[in-house]
Amino acid sequence: MAEQVVGDIQEVDFPSPGQILRRRTLAHKGFMIGAIVLLMIIAMALLAPVLSPHDPYHQDLAKRMISPIWQKDGTWEYPLGTDNLGRDYLSRLMYGARISLLIGVSAMVISGLIGTFLGVIAGYFGGRVDMIVSFMITTRISMPVVLVALAVVALIGGSLNVIIWVLGLLIWDRFAVVTRSSTQQMRSIDYVSAAKAIGCSTTWILLTEVLPNILNNLIVVATLEFAHAILLEAALSFLGMGVQPPLPSWGLMISEGKEFMLFSPWMIAIPGFVLSMLVLSVNLMGDGVRDITAPEGRS
Amino acid sequence: MFHYTLKRLLLAILVAITVSFVTFMLLRLSGDPAMALAGENASPAEIQFIRVQYGLDRPIIIQYADWAWRALGGDFGQSPYFNQPVKKIIRGRLGITMTLGGCALAFAICLAVPMGMLAAIRPNTWIDRVALTISVIGQAMPSFFFGLILIIFFGVMLRWLPISGSSTWRHFIMPSIALGYYATPAIMRLTRSGMLEVLASDYIRTARAKGLRAGSILFKHALRNAIIPVVSLLAVQFGFMLGGSLVIETIFAINGVGFLGYESIARADLPMVQAIVLLVSMFYVVLTFFSDLLNAFLDPRIRVA
Repeated sequence: MAEQVVGDIQEVDFPSPGQILRRRTLAHKGFMIGAIVLLMIIAMALLAPVLSPHDPYHQDLAKRMISPIWQKDGTWEYPLGTDNLGRDYLSRLMYGARISLLIGVSAMVISGLIGTFLGVIAGYFGGRVDMIVSFMITTRISMPVVLVALAVVALIGGSLNVIIWVLGLLIWDRFAVVTRSSTQQMRSIDYVSAAKAIGCSTTWILLTEVLPNILNNLIVVATLEFAHAILLEAALSFLGMGVQPPLPSWGLMISEGKEFMLFSPWMIAIPGFVLSMLVLSVNLMGDGVRDITAPEGRS
Repeated sequence: MFHYTLKRLLLAILVAITVSFVTFMLLRLSGDPAMALAGENASPAEIQFIRVQYGLDRPIIIQYADWAWRALGGDFGQSPYFNQPVKKIIRGRLGITMTLGGCALAFAICLAVPMGMLAAIRPNTWIDRVALTISVIGQAMPSFFFGLILIIFFGVMLRWLPISGSSTWRHFIMPSIALGYYATPAIMRLTRSGMLEVLASDYIRTARAKGLRAGSILFKHALRNAIIPVVSLLAVQFGFMLGGSLVIETIFAINGVGFLGYESIARADLPMVQAIVLLVSMFYVVLTFFSDLLNAFLDPRIRVA
């Protein structure tokens, strides 16, 4: 009888943390939708040379302003139509995804490295270090991002590198704010004290004890800033001071289509739609990560 | 309270000085202002003449100190494009941007606070989901794209509203919506989470048990406490709006400081750009200073920390 009970208990299957994570991830609708859309856009960007029906830079003035397929005069040769210079809209859209993703990821990595470094040392050491970092954060937030980015990029000249570095050096504030407060909570936790007691170096503690445990918050901020950088690039390019023609940035496509939007609203609607979808998918994934990694019952 | 105010004021001044220094350096080091002033076809001698004329040959620290000292007295120098004092041009445009920012903020509050409250009163219902959808779309859609959509729908197709300029109040409707919509997600989320937290607290239960009317509980007891963090967020958002109004003003051709900033950047009118960047930053610093004071006044716990 007693043995039977023990046997029953052993048969109960406790899910491993990995299984719980996978189950929660798959059950989270927003995260899954976001992931699928983002994967599609990434695939579109990577496979642009294979998938795109035309050269995104090839101008054909005889085939200007062809309407997309869902309008009466649309053709399958140009499914999304052509722009005012006769360039295939679908191909430009695909290559434009590369620019958005490249700038988004690069700016996110740069700002993430700066912000996380500052936030972690401020949260861990506290005192004077914290005071200085907090001051830097306040100073940074007080500077208007769009205005400063636009002015600096315009003065130096809008190449991809310049845009990436200017955005990366400007948007680290949220990384710093979030990692700082998460690290503060970690500082007095038992296993950090234990690591200190057995004589681990500070760098080791920060990299192996603190950083992995604030990773979920870090990922959430990373998605936010990824989206932020993409939106900023689009705005700069839209204003004509970001990515320069003939490169196919989505913001630039909207700006070029603006002149014709009264008669051909699809010229701004198409790039605007994919841009919104990209940002939406990244935001959904960020919200998803927050819910999925939240302690049991708090999502 | 006095001690806290003094500490905050000192911090605000320090931040203001640092911001002015950083933005001055950023703009100065990004390009050669003498070359920009001289124009494209200037000879090296002309550029050198302008450099000496404008004092650009002095050490950069001296230039900053000189500029900052004058800016403190409201003198931002001459605009080479307008050939007039920067101060005079900006003063003429400031009212329009403030009006736009104010209207945008009012729109954001009118949309976000009631929606956030409703979502908190009836969590996980269709109201909550509509509020969530609005905030998710608001975060994803670039403000310039949203502005263009408004123009196509209400300006071109329905012909209800004028699409550019700033001469009548009707010109401000679409830009205010486009600018304000961007701020709604953050305000809505904070109102919702604040209300949820307050509604679950003991004193609300007590108020209900005493038999107070639902409206009185909601507005007098719950909203008052939930709105405290929203107030400081509003200050922050208003500061962001003045920076972000550059994009919206450019789309709707509104003659405010933002559009002026955009045009001045395009013309490489450096004194103007520097003045505008400084102005927007200082406005933000002042706003957050007062919102911190207001917060400390409303919530005594903050003063001690």
